[in-house]
Amino acid sequence: MTAAAAPALKAQRRSLYPSWFYAPAAVIYAVLFLAPTFASLYFSLTRWSLSSAVFIGFENFAQFFREPFLIQGLVNTVVYAAISSGLKVVLGMLLALMLTSQIMGRGYLRSVIFFPVLVSTVGVGMTFTVLMHPTNGMINEALSLIGIKGPGWLVDPKLALFSVALVDVWKGVGLATVIYIAGLVAIPKDYYEAARIDGATPLQNFFYVTLPLSRPATATVITLSFIGGLRTFDLIWAMTKGGPGFASDTVASVIYKQYQAGFYGLSTAGNVVLFILIAVLVVPLTMFLNRKQGFE
Amino acid sequence: MTKTKLFALMGASTLGLMMASHAVQAQQSGYLSFLIDNGPQSVAVAEAWVAAYTEANPDVTIDIEVRPGGGEGDNIVKTRLATGAMADVFFYNSGSLFQALNPTQNLLPLTDAPFQANVQDSFKSVVSAGGEVYGAPFAPAMGGGIFYNIPLYAELGLEVPKTWDEFMANNEKIKAAGKVAVIQTYGESWTSQLFVLADFFNVLAEVPDFAEKFTANEAKFATTPAAVRGFEKLQAVFEAGYLNEDFGAATYPDGLRMVATGEGAHYPMLTFGVGAIAETIPDHLQDVGFFAQPGDDAAKNGLTTWMPDSIYAAKTTSSPDLAKDFIGFIASPEGCDIRNEAVGATGPYMIAGCELPADVPPAVSDMLPYFAEGGQNAPALEFLSPVKGPALEQITVEVGSGIRPAAEGAALYDEDVRKQAQQLGLEGW
Repeated sequence: MTAAAAPALKAQRRSLYPSWFYAPAAVIYAVLFLAPTFASLYFSLTRWSLSSAVFIGFENFAQFFREPFLIQGLVNTVVYAAISSGLKVVLGMLLALMLTSQIMGRGYLRSVIFFPVLVSTVGVGMTFTVLMHPTNGMINEALSLIGIKGPGWLVDPKLALFSVALVDVWKGVGLATVIYIAGLVAIPKDYYEAARIDGATPLQNFFYVTLPLSRPATATVITLSFIGGLRTFDLIWAMTKGGPGFASDTVASVIYKQYQAGFYGLSTAGNVVLFILIAVLVVPLTMFLNRKQGFE
Repeated sequence: MTKTKLFALMGASTLGLMMASHAVQAQQSGYLSFLIDNGPQSVAVAEAWVAAYTEANPDVTIDIEVRPGGGEGDNIVKTRLATGAMADVFFYNSGSLFQALNPTQNLLPLTDAPFQANVQDSFKSVVSAGGEVYGAPFAPAMGGGIFYNIPLYAELGLEVPKTWDEFMANNEKIKAAGKVAVIQTYGESWTSQLFVLADFFNVLAEVPDFAEKFTANEAKFATTPAAVRGFEKLQAVFEAGYLNEDFGAATYPDGLRMVATGEGAHYPMLTFGVGAIAETIPDHLQDVGFFAQPGDDAAKNGLTTWMPDSIYAAKTTSSPDLAKDFIGFIASPEGCDIRNEAVGATGPYMIAGCELPADVPPAVSDMLPYFAEGGQNAPALEFLSPVKGPALEQITVEVGSGIRPAAEGAALYDEDVRKQAQQLGLEGW
């Protein structure tokens, strides 16, 4: 209590406003965030039917980790996050380079690249489900015109997860591009002039000037898209519902299915697991990325 | 209070308008919401019922709400019940899925409603909990088995199979003729369960007490060879290459279309599909026949039957009397006639006084002998045991597309079942 009060006093001295101005925000935060968080910690330890809850200790967690497809779901989640954030970094950077250079129709191209970000995820998912139909889908029909027999994008268990990740990249790369454009434009022109005087090739320009100096943008893109990938649900649910079978299940879709089946306690336990997983993966990642940024 | 209001309204209308007042039956008034699934037949029949009921009771307003089917629909029904936001009257499965609704707490008992006198006891048993009856039949009884294309059978000179080996031999001939032998539609994963669920007559034929032992955690799918057979059959049709090319993405309407138009020969499905065929492809209704899923012994050939889905009233309804009256209307011979008119007859009714029209489609007349005297049938497992694992449809997609072998699929399903039994708080789990 005193430890918390001391910094508050210090802040009060500097602030124009009385500290009770924080109260509305604090109440909203406590009611909508803190209370549910602690309630869910409790309910994750019960067998819960929304109207009654029986305390069963850590049995839900034991059950959740016994789910035969959970391990695959965990692996899928990380693979999905890595693929989508990796591709967004590479493609976003390349697109940003192209869109900051002097090319024709630059403004138009910028909007085209950004456009998918604005479309509803579920809408994108349903559209691509139709496009990726194994026999009547437009993608495979186009491929068959040039003599290639297209794969079952969403129905082949080995491919389904990657297909969804690719759609996620298509939808999200616009945002990464915009962040990179901002990062690239902010690099002072002096560096490029100095590099030109030193006789740097365009490739050297990119690797020794552009890439290191756009590290803050890279950190932002990686963090955002990696977290987004870890907790992805809407796109997967709209496209495969975790299928075929359990092939494209992620932690979030496993949790949702437990909820759907009426296993409320179990799915709450799953959410606690997801919360911890994201924290464990993302906290070190952001610390690493931000520390490097400090050295520049 | 509603009663006095009701009488006041009745008085006003009869006196004021000098209408013919020969209606002895009390007219109803008030408002109901009615939640159904979004299948074309459900919508068509619900609209017909509501139109007829509100015509007879002009002071009643009934709003039809529509929800998705499958797991998404389960979610909506369970959540709305648990949060007290359920529609007054709603449609949902009977049997094990009904048990998972926590009926004693969430549903309005209909035990004493007058219409129950006409409802068959076999149906009442699958919508009862804690000594009370909670439902009324929404539809006729169904069978789970295999639709086949009659013209294709005639063209290739095939006979309706009585054993699984005959079925596979037919499939081989159909494949040799360059046609799709077995249609599967895993784009809607619930359709993948049929080979397993509809095999249950054959399970009971070999292990008569499987259901009781299964509920008591004494019998398992994986360790009962007769129960694993269903999974093996699913695997067998995939491995023999009998499936349509797009089996992973095709949907339920695709499957019905293919079996009706002869694009494929067999489609494992519940007979309620007849209604959808009548609705969407009426020209081919006469081309679709039906047979029970064959077992290993021709002498023990019988149908796995499904009790109809049911209609329930939520305990939270503000007009329980009106809800009961409306449900009684649906579960009356008049209600059956309206259904026959709206979506056609899809099977035998569970209500005394309900008749099937003379000209039922072939798939329905193929099913009736199994229900008739001397025919063999047995209820599906979900009507004998409250336990049904929610992940069965994903597991059957895996087994049916060669991702997981049958034995492993059965073992995985046993795991899944355990969770449901624990959530229900059953003894011995």
